[in-house]
Amino acid sequence: MNLKLKIWRQANASVRGKFENYVVRDITPDMSFLEMLDVLNEDLLSRGEIPVAFDHDCREGICGSCGFLINGVAHGGQKGTTVCQLAMRFFKDGDSLTLEPWRAQSFPLVRDLAVNRSAFDRIIQSGGYISAPTGGAPDANTILVPKEIADSAFDAAACIGCGACVAACPNSSAMLFTAAKVHQLNLLPQGQPQRDQRSLSMIVAMEEEGFGGCTNHRECEAVCPKDIPIQFIGQMNRELTRALRHGERKFAHVTRDAEPAEVKR
Amino acid sequence: MLDARIPSGPIEDKWDTRRFEMKLVNPANRRKHSIIIVGAGLAGAAAAATLGQQGYHVQCFSFHDTPRRAHSIAAQGGINAAKNYRNDGDSVYRLFYDTVKGGDFRSREANVFRLAQLSVNIIDQCVAQGVPFAREYGGLLDTRSFGGVQVQRTFYARGQTGQQLLLGAYQALEEQIAAGTVQMHTRRDVLDIVVADGRARGIITRNLITGEIESYAADVVVLATGGYSNVFFLSTNAMASNCTAIWRAHRRGALFANPCFTQIHPTCIPVSSEHQSKLTLMSESLRNDGRVWVPVKQGDTRAPNQIPESERDYYLERRYPSFGNLVPRDVASRAAKEACDSGHGVGPGGQGVYLDFADALRRMGRGAVVEKYGNLFDIYERITGEDAYQAPMRIYPAPHYTMGGLWVDYDLMTTIPGLFAGGEANYSDHGANRLGASALMQGLADGYFVLPATVPNYIGSTKLEPVDTNHPAFAAAKSEVAESTNRMISMHGKRTPDSIHKQVGRLMWDECGMSRSAERLKKALGTLPELKREFWSNLALAGTAGEFNQSLEKAARVADFLELAELMCIDALDRNESCGAHFRVESQTPDGEALRDDEHFSYVSAWQWTEAGQPPVLHKEPLTFEHVHLAQRSYK
Ligand code: SF4
Ligand code: FES
Repeated sequence: MNLKLKIWRQANASVRGKFENYVVRDITPDMSFLEMLDVLNEDLLSRGEIPVAFDHDCREGICGSCGFLINGVAHGGQKGTTVCQLAMRFFKDGDSLTLEPWRAQSFPLVRDLAVNRSAFDRIIQSGGYISAPTGGAPDANTILVPKEIADSAFDAAACIGCGACVAACPNSSAMLFTAAKVHQLNLLPQGQPQRDQRSLSMIVAMEEEGFGGCTNHRECEAVCPKDIPIQFIGQMNRELTRALRHGERKFAHVTRDAEPAEVKR
Repeated sequence: MLDARIPSGPIEDKWDTRRFEMKLVNPANRRKHSIIIVGAGLAGAAAAATLGQQGYHVQCFSFHDTPRRAHSIAAQGGINAAKNYRNDGDSVYRLFYDTVKGGDFRSREANVFRLAQLSVNIIDQCVAQGVPFAREYGGLLDTRSFGGVQVQRTFYARGQTGQQLLLGAYQALEEQIAAGTVQMHTRRDVLDIVVADGRARGIITRNLITGEIESYAADVVVLATGGYSNVFFLSTNAMASNCTAIWRAHRRGALFANPCFTQIHPTCIPVSSEHQSKLTLMSESLRNDGRVWVPVKQGDTRAPNQIPESERDYYLERRYPSFGNLVPRDVASRAAKEACDSGHGVGPGGQGVYLDFADALRRMGRGAVVEKYGNLFDIYERITGEDAYQAPMRIYPAPHYTMGGLWVDYDLMTTIPGLFAGGEANYSDHGANRLGASALMQGLADGYFVLPATVPNYIGSTKLEPVDTNHPAFAAAKSEVAESTNRMISMHGKRTPDSIHKQVGRLMWDECGMSRSAERLKKALGTLPELKREFWSNLALAGTAGEFNQSLEKAARVADFLELAELMCIDALDRNESCGAHFRVESQTPDGEALRDDEHFSYVSAWQWTEAGQPPVLHKEPLTFEHVHLAQRSYK
């Protein structure tokens, strides 16, 4: 099949970008969307033109590198699928596709379809972990985790940090991403000691990074390639209430050096 | 001359002995010592986090935009540990035994024993971090059996074990970054290792955003940069996985061990188009419940459901009655290739065999199959458009893991003092064939436990002269990197990096893939220099070196793959025996099984770079087996 592509081209964050039009021919249904872009890029390069930049690596939907908007939809619109896993059989001969990078103030543009998502790392740095320095762990089976708890923690831990949720949200909110991590760690027995502090710190970090709040558009859930459910956001709000209720500490004073939170079950 | 510096004493005590011999560094002094870690996968992230916790000044480098993307994330099946939670006869000794035997007696006993010992601590560590392993209803950890062994020692997190373990290490790393002990440098390609006054003292990087060539100095350099399966172009590795850092280290004097030991994974989705960019693995845990077969009749084009039982050849069950579908990877891959080469293959081009779940669906019910393998069936459907609940999957072997890598001693130090290698980047513990669920184990053993003990020992026991990036070795390395980068970008030729990469990949797959012969290896060795000339005279790139330029990144990787490919063929030619994943057609039993030659080849091949165009020099580390009795592997 042949397709018309309209792709956002911008050499870096400090120059203006614009859409360019391309045509790709002889695309087969078995190819992945990124393989279709490979064909375009090989063609551009052999003509001495600069290929379209996009992040990608595993091409199996697990590393979270890939992602851009196709006709306004993050990852292209197949449910539970990253753009690297999207097969061309999802499209028809003659389709016109517009490709744009994630648009969010907290994700500055790198080039063309590639953006900088390091804000997610800083949210994790603020509390998205369980402190367990290497070497001090007790035997693994001394910590019992009921299967339902383990399964639910896993559902949240499946997030790949792609940023589609932010790109799809009218408020550029990172609630789904943050809530997934809060849910996983706050649910597990190992996560209890740092539970309140984690909820507070991560929510503060999210705001400091410039992500917006959640006003229930549910766009994040619709595009999330790992089907992270929006219920986790409600849960995070309850975690916040709980932390504030227990809160001896104020937001601004949440630092890593604070004394460990009390253990609550 | 090649001394692995294995501690003396009984094998059970060697690691304790070594740890007791080690020189410690006073906590107050640790901050003054800097450690560079290249790579942030399981080995790199775990080592960076742990050394950061100990108080060292750690600088960690990754070409990704965030350390959470490292390719360890794609491992599906699980991680082995000798916990014996199942009470099914497992032990540290059995895991050690299985790994030495599975590696076809081409690994070092002392290292493997330590790996088996540490496996137990890894699971404890990961659970403490909140890794959501699969659980039983009573809340205890669940385990399953995995390719090549008969005990259930594999811990897993659905089909995403690598992801969950990596995120655990990533989170520990991010905690240290926040604490200020680790400095993270993302979007950096490491393009050279700096050796000053005989010791590894730093690296040269390219900032992928700005194109700037940068220098970093430290007391120690650790490479945890993964494997080199992408030399084949099509592999299960992520697109950017590369050999550049270890190859540059090799060119600076680190010996490269067993480069021809490359594992071909038996259960991948077959190639479907010429534009295919990578191959997708289907976890071999599928072989626990799926049955592998091909039609008895050659060239049978009937739909699988139309072929009656009596006309199917369940060739693994037939040839290996005691292990059946669970034979080790090398055996399963070769058997699939033989089935296809003899005209029994299925699907496009006859390059595939069936992996059938019909019996499992009947026996376990659909619900249980979904629970265990659901995400793998989904991946299969997304890629092929076929529903594996209705008809069998088609699978074919694909390059997956490289047992070869930088030669390291017992402490994981290469032959360059101060340069360590961990995880898949070292040659290490898997011999000629890695067992399933052992890569995650080794990456984390190296990262959480071995390197955090041996790297400080090196610091504590070595008089390190102050060296910073003003040392002339930095300027020299930097200008070499800049020169080769400029040469690539200004060639304005006709061949894209991908087109040359595909060509070398095809050549390696045909001549140095699942089976190898002296004749064909020599042929490949004749062609590779031509390809290298083509690359260095006719490369097509666009844009400049001073910007985000993904084709330039690719080109630099292909340049190193081209050189490594030659070394792989030289090594494969030298090793005129079949062992593990390395199958020389000249060395097989009458019934076509791999035939080892212990009398002549019971050694690790460690190759020394001489200079461009000159043959490398072979050093041998003899292997002796005191605990696992040398025997021809048999899975019959
Ligand atoms: S929550 Fe979903 S969309 Fe958001 S980063 Fe995670 S996987 Fe991507
Ligand atoms: S490239 Fe890894 S998720 Fe798409």
